[in-house]
Amino acid sequence: MSEVLVLIEAPQGKVTKPSLELLTIARRIGEPSAVVFGDADTAVLTEYGAEKIYTYSDSVYEEYLVAPKAEALAALVADKAPAAVLVPSSTEGKEVAARVALKSQSGLITDAVDVTVDGGAITTTQMAFAGNFTVAAQVTKGAPVIAVKPNSAAPEAAAGAGAVEAVSFDVPESAKAVKIVSSEPRVSTGRPELTEAAIVVSGGRGTGGDFTEVEALADALGAAVGASRAAVDSGWKPHTFQVGQTGKTVSPQLYVANGISGAIQHRAGMQTSKTIVAVNKDEEAPIFELVDFGVVGDIKSVLPQATEEITKRKG
Amino acid sequence: MTKIVVAVKYVPDATADRTFDADNTVDRENVDGLLSELDEYAVEQALQVVEAGDGEVTVLTVGPADASDAVRKALQMGADAGVHVEDDSIAGSDAFATSLVLAKALEKLEFDMVFFGMGSTDAGMGVVPTLVAERLGLPAITFASEISVDGDTVKIRRDGDAATHEIEASGKLVVSVTDQTGEARYPSFKGIMAAKKKPVEEWSLADLGIDGAEVGLENAWTKVESTTPRPPRTAGEIVTDEGDGGTKLVEFLASKKFV
Ligand SMILES: Cc1cc2nc3c(=O)[nH]c(=O)nc-3n(C[C@H](O)[C@H](O)[C@H](O)COP(=O)(O)OP(=O)(O)OC[C@H]3O[C@@H](n4cnc5c(N)ncnc54)[C@H](O)[C@@H]3O)c2cc1C
Ligand SMILES: Nc1ncnc2c1ncn2[C@@H]1O[C@H](COP(=O)(O)O)[C@@H](O)[C@H]1O
Repeated sequence: MSEVLVLIEAPQGKVTKPSLELLTIARRIGEPSAVVFGDADTAVLTEYGAEKIYTYSDSVYEEYLVAPKAEALAALVADKAPAAVLVPSSTEGKEVAARVALKSQSGLITDAVDVTVDGGAITTTQMAFAGNFTVAAQVTKGAPVIAVKPNSAAPEAAAGAGAVEAVSFDVPESAKAVKIVSSEPRVSTGRPELTEAAIVVSGGRGTGGDFTEVEALADALGAAVGASRAAVDSGWKPHTFQVGQTGKTVSPQLYVANGISGAIQHRAGMQTSKTIVAVNKDEEAPIFELVDFGVVGDIKSVLPQATEEITKRKG
Repeated sequence: MTKIVVAVKYVPDATADRTFDADNTVDRENVDGLLSELDEYAVEQALQVVEAGDGEVTVLTVGPADASDAVRKALQMGADAGVHVEDDSIAGSDAFATSLVLAKALEKLEFDMVFFGMGSTDAGMGVVPTLVAERLGLPAITFASEISVDGDTVKIRRDGDAATHEIEASGKLVVSVTDQTGEARYPSFKGIMAAKKKPVEEWSLADLGIDGAEVGLENAWTKVESTTPRPPRTAGEIVTDEGDGGTKLVEFLASKKFV
């Protein structure tokens, strides 16, 4: 079976859930080889199916943006001739993927939400036009380079050989042009990751800037907290909370929109959620076109009552 | 004197009913187009850079005849000149082909920096800026949510998924900007009048020395097999809060086993 290269993301050494999802998807195509820049917990990579683990330890990968990783990965692709290359569809992942694809003259798919294999043919699924269309596509040139969104598969443990191979690669000077001057790791909110959570409770302009009720409901449900761009633009929540076209795409089991009108750009980030609930005082708000259940009312009275009722039921 | 080129795309209006053609390419005929809103932020940032010093902004678009609307809008906002690359064989191009055309056009233009939006609002992959940089061998400082320019050094804030970085590069370079950089200006009446007299060049593939076989739908490195509209959501239950809205909400959540 041929090798499938999987770019692993492991901020502060901790392998992300989307990276494990990629290992699971890679096994549909061939034998997963994890590619790690910096430190990562190799035991967990092995547990989730990595046959090989290529590690790059040079600090240059943390000092300069994107280009060094792309050079190294493209060289590995040339060397190993993999059946496919899978990367997380993150800001950095997509840029690395694009450069690797161009260098290896291979087609590129970004933002895949599923990857299926039928008789050797790899087909990807993507969402288009704010989630209004599902698109099936194939790469027609070279070994497919596919950037996959979080939550596209459930990570399945399946012990691999986990053979670690430290790769030394001379990063060309030309790739050392964009210097990372400072880096501030994101502080955890203590709540589930927005893109990984089973339940997301979001607030919009309708919160008037007070997210207390939204957060209380989120905590009662064990949910992640999200926000509309209006809430982010107002400075009420950092950009990492934003759901939508220029924020995160979420597809949880349950999405609760509070004081959010439901603009197309917001829908783009949430309309594939399994169950959608909204609270909005305007019965004409477009969000109600999407919902399984909606309450026309003020979040200031509806949310505390809901939170109290949930707490009561939990006993 | 800073010369900035801004690459802008003409896209179908996101608020209209967008759809695909029979050949699975984006339907650009039946939906009104406009300058991609995400590229307005790039135009705005470029204008702010030249206004703070001395320079000029040229907008560059690759697209069908109507894409001249996108160029005109950017000129009305304040850009100085436009370049429109139009050629029938470009239709249906993928990101690789688009980046090739843009890179060849940029080779013909004089510039210090080229600005991009963070992604096009139609089939946006957000990779064209990085691909253009790769082709031209230029540094790419991408996804800027804040930009500061000091001489030929550009420093940006980049909000990544795991961390916020400050990144910096110097010399001739590629920048892409997000919608966090701040509101884009509306064209003023004066701007609209002035735009009528600004020069716009029309280039074909031949002008750029590109062979038609390197671009277009037939030569894309990926193929869309099918496009399927998502089934409409079935109408949900809407209740009006009469003092029991929260309780009703929880009853629904419980019926779905979320509580
Ligand atoms: C290029 C581009 C990209 C964009 N990207 C995104 C994106 O990624 N994510 C995003 O969210 N938006 C995005 N937008 C913005 C989007 O178009 C909307 O402007 C935004 O989603 C509106 O946020 P909102 O629903 O919170 O605010 P509004 O549209 O102002 O809606 C607020 C709602 O709250 C209700 N309300 C007010 N008070 C109460 C109350 N006390 N109780 C209950 N309900 C109340 C109102 O009835 C109203 O429906 C983008 C726009 C553009 C042009
Ligand atoms: N046809 C085009 N003409 C000019 N610029 C483009 C074109 N396509 C993409 N771009 C630029 O590249 C950015 C990213 O596009 P994309 O990779 O398609 O999401 C856009 O915001 C534009 O700045």
